[in-house]
Amino acid sequence: MPYVPHTEDEVREMLATIGVDSIADLFAEITDDMRPKSFDLPEGLSEMEVVTKLEAMANKNATDRTSFLGAGFYDHYIPAAVDALTMRGEFYTAYTPYQPEASQGTLQAIFEYQTAVTRLLGMECANASVYDGGTALYEALMMAVRKTKRRKIIVSEALNPIYRVMLESYTSNLDLEFVTVPHKDGMTDIEGLKAAIDGETAALLVQNPNFFGSINDFTELFTAAKAQKAISIVSSYPVLQTLLKTPGDMGADIAVAEGQSLGLPLSFGGPYLGIMTCTKKMVRQMPGRIVGRTVDSEGRTGYVLTLQAREQHIRRQKATSNICSNQSLCALRAIVHMSALGELGMKRAARVSIERAHICADRLTAIDGVEMLTKGPFGNEFAITLPVNAYEVTAKLTARGVVPGFPLGRYYEGLENGLLVACTEKTSEEQIGIFAEMLKGALR
Amino acid sequence: MIPEDLLYAKSHEWVMVEGDIATVGITQFAQEQLGDLTFIELPEVGDAFEAGNEMGSVESVKAASEIYAPVTGEVIEVNEELEDAPEKVNEEPYGDGWLLKFKIKGEPEGLLDAEGYADAINAEAD
Amino acid sequence: MKTIFEKSVAGREGCWPCEGLAEEAYIPTELLRDGDIGLPSASELDVVRHFTKLSQRNMGVDGNFYPLGSCTMKYNPKFTEVVAGLPGFTRLHPVLPQLQGAGGLCQGALEVMYETEHLLSEITGMHAYTLHPMAGAHGELTGVMLMAAYHKDRGNKKTKIIVPDSAHGTNPASAAIAGYDVVTVESVNGIVDPDALAAVLDDEVAGMMMTCPNTLGLFETHLPKIVKMLRKVDALLYYDGANLNAIMGKMRVGDVGFDIVHLNLHKTFATPHGGGGPGSGPVGVCEKLKQFLPISRVAKQEDGQFYLDYNHPKSIGYIAPFYGNFGVVLKAYAYILRLGGVGLTRATENAVLAANYMRKRLDGHLEVPYDRICMHEFVASAADQAKKGVRALDFAKALLDKGHHAPTIYFPLIVPESIMIEPTETENKETLDHFIDDLIEIAQLVDTNPEALQAAPVTLPVTRLDETKAARGMELTDDL
Repeated sequence: MPYVPHTEDEVREMLATIGVDSIADLFAEITDDMRPKSFDLPEGLSEMEVVTKLEAMANKNATDRTSFLGAGFYDHYIPAAVDALTMRGEFYTAYTPYQPEASQGTLQAIFEYQTAVTRLLGMECANASVYDGGTALYEALMMAVRKTKRRKIIVSEALNPIYRVMLESYTSNLDLEFVTVPHKDGMTDIEGLKAAIDGETAALLVQNPNFFGSINDFTELFTAAKAQKAISIVSSYPVLQTLLKTPGDMGADIAVAEGQSLGLPLSFGGPYLGIMTCTKKMVRQMPGRIVGRTVDSEGRTGYVLTLQAREQHIRRQKATSNICSNQSLCALRAIVHMSALGELGMKRAARVSIERAHICADRLTAIDGVEMLTKGPFGNEFAITLPVNAYEVTAKLTARGVVPGFPLGRYYEGLENGLLVACTEKTSEEQIGIFAEMLKGALR
Repeated sequence: MIPEDLLYAKSHEWVMVEGDIATVGITQFAQEQLGDLTFIELPEVGDAFEAGNEMGSVESVKAASEIYAPVTGEVIEVNEELEDAPEKVNEEPYGDGWLLKFKIKGEPEGLLDAEGYADAINAEAD
Repeated sequence: MKTIFEKSVAGREGCWPCEGLAEEAYIPTELLRDGDIGLPSASELDVVRHFTKLSQRNMGVDGNFYPLGSCTMKYNPKFTEVVAGLPGFTRLHPVLPQLQGAGGLCQGALEVMYETEHLLSEITGMHAYTLHPMAGAHGELTGVMLMAAYHKDRGNKKTKIIVPDSAHGTNPASAAIAGYDVVTVESVNGIVDPDALAAVLDDEVAGMMMTCPNTLGLFETHLPKIVKMLRKVDALLYYDGANLNAIMGKMRVGDVGFDIVHLNLHKTFATPHGGGGPGSGPVGVCEKLKQFLPISRVAKQEDGQFYLDYNHPKSIGYIAPFYGNFGVVLKAYAYILRLGGVGLTRATENAVLAANYMRKRLDGHLEVPYDRICMHEFVASAADQAKKGVRALDFAKALLDKGHHAPTIYFPLIVPESIMIEPTETENKETLDHFIDDLIEIAQLVDTNPEALQAAPVTLPVTRLDETKAARGMELTDDL
């Protein structure tokens, strides 16, 4: 049998030691009334057969299209070193570092990850990650609710709608009040948000760059939140954060991010990486694993899981969260990715992505009837309006080999002609040219 | 050693009453059970509690425990040194490791004297 | 070992040579950050060497026996990595199937999800599955949300969830986070006792969360009775699939009356644990709960085309940005196809065989409080040894020195000084014997040389670490 080593003789020997006659005897407690009514599964296949079958299924996915899809999830280049290092069995066949002496590799790597994301976002503390960017936002919101003991949450409508629907589901059984402040032509309505904050507000949730790609400085907004003792939470984009003013500099209390762009393939939605960082004041409220530096009995530097009294194996129903793991391998990919590119490489990837997006925006808006939706500064993603329904244009172009972007009408009423377009350093000028020509043709 | 001049809650807080001011800490027994403390979460000055309400928590590496208000009243002072030095509670639970001071409302009720608390601990140990 | 930051030299180039225009050309300076970030600056070789060296400071299943109870550290077949790494899967953007006419571009991926859901349904006897939960605990939360949705739909006023005292800590935490009060039911002889359950069961109970076999490795023999009792008050029975690997092929939780189940694909279906994640925690439900499952749902048209269905008005909504940890699901799917029904049953049988063999061999050397036929794992206790100053922790550390990863210790909470051993079906007899021999030798040292055990480990990169200092000092980053 695959992956079971015992010979028949060994099985007999083991049964004799146990003192039973057969393997069936070991399952005697499962009485007849509890036995399966059916177990109609296919016969096993050889490794080669499975791989062949899965290759055929993979080939049914058309990944040869030129894609301008983003919407919070981006196709950045991943250096080969990331796979080579993170596929080492010592890393990926280990588990949560319960025995720190036997897990210094995982622990130090997470500590380095915590350091890198903290610096990237300009914050003071980070945890070892949670499932994804959406979960990170939800957990951030709950941190604020616990800290302030208030129940009102102010959310910008320019926050990724994929996350907003998650927050809605997650909190449906909790007594929380959400106030959503509409976007203004794809811009975050800072004045509107400011006006919505009051003495009952637990948290303010915004995104930078926002879902439409617009870049903001939230310093004043966060100052206004602070004046009401509300917690400021910002969702960020790690690649652009190498260049943009940091959440920390703006005065955020909690900064979260989807870490997919740091060395994780798109992989149809996961596994991804929920980055969570906060100020020192908030760290006791932070859920999940946290690694800290300490010394061993000989005085040598070492690393351990710390602040565990917040967690469910000690607190049970009083824990800060039910999360009992992290996306450790994804966090490892992120720190290896950031190390392999290095500070300079990370900034360059961001710069090239921004440059390509601006070239793309110029080419597209040169077409009659195509205009920028957002008027302010943007990074590697931007929203345009078309003279026709963006859904239909998307279908047309996709059939011809270019996925032009994300039709905003899916989440925003009134923006049926809006299209969200993303570029990365992988987007070539030639691809941009083809896209522009194709769009021009489709609109004619 | 359980100081004779203090009052005790079954949830292992001690109380020293002077006029309408009560100083509160956790007992020697409680700190021993928890081990080396790493963090103490205390309420803010101005917070009001009824006796028996949860008002904070103490954490060690492997355990966490809630602390309950042993008296009804308003918090008028918290021991801010504990934020950086939680070990004071381990070292001197009845001295520098005090937690906070209350302005009491009404008479303290349901508290034990040293002997009663000793009995309570023994009962718990069984 | 120095951190990658300590090894960095400002200006040293990584592996990205191309340069774009300065960001100031596009973005006003007041929106930009100042100065250096403090990310690593090292050559590619330095980076490769750093992380290679770090990996060498880890134990993993590939290099060490890893009998971590409750975590199912079985061998992770290498070919599943090849499958999950196929560009046809890794390059797929998750919003693609949401675009008009683009569902045709990801038929293979949708088919994987559809097929996996059906295989899991057949394995567990459930009616339908969602693959969205991204870990076991996430599955639990989803399951409890489904309970809430069911009761709300029925107009039931339910406030409590029952959890046995042997449960994983995540069970009460998940129930509490979904807004329920947690009621603990005590075990009798290591399993849930119907009388004890009756004492806490009433109309306000929304459901009960059970692990079977439980965390002591014991089968819950009163299961049929428990199911009947819960039905009477319209409470749902939740199955924590952490230990499915002990019954797969021998019992289907749907057949015996569980209403909701979460699986841990990284345990039962051999996807790598990755140092603590990513996992995957699909949730299966009985027929009456299907309408509440998260959206989207993958469905099949009559012409055989797969699509995403969002039209489920009673759904609990979105619990993940997309379709769960697809890359992990792929590996589990490949594993199930490889083993087939017979292989999965054999895996179960051999996991239980190995655990019982070890339990019996340990007999007389270390106390096993519930010393009867166990399932895939068993719990020993070092309570006697602790009286002599050698605790479960010391046993764990001494085992590390012998080259084994330690078992789970101090869990479940209901056994003092517990040592929870789960060998899995993939370890050969020599390995099992070697581990038991070492454990027996350690037990003998308790009387002759306890100091050596208290000082362990001494063969690893570090000795015991000061956790109090870590918690008090809170050094969570490598400060500049």
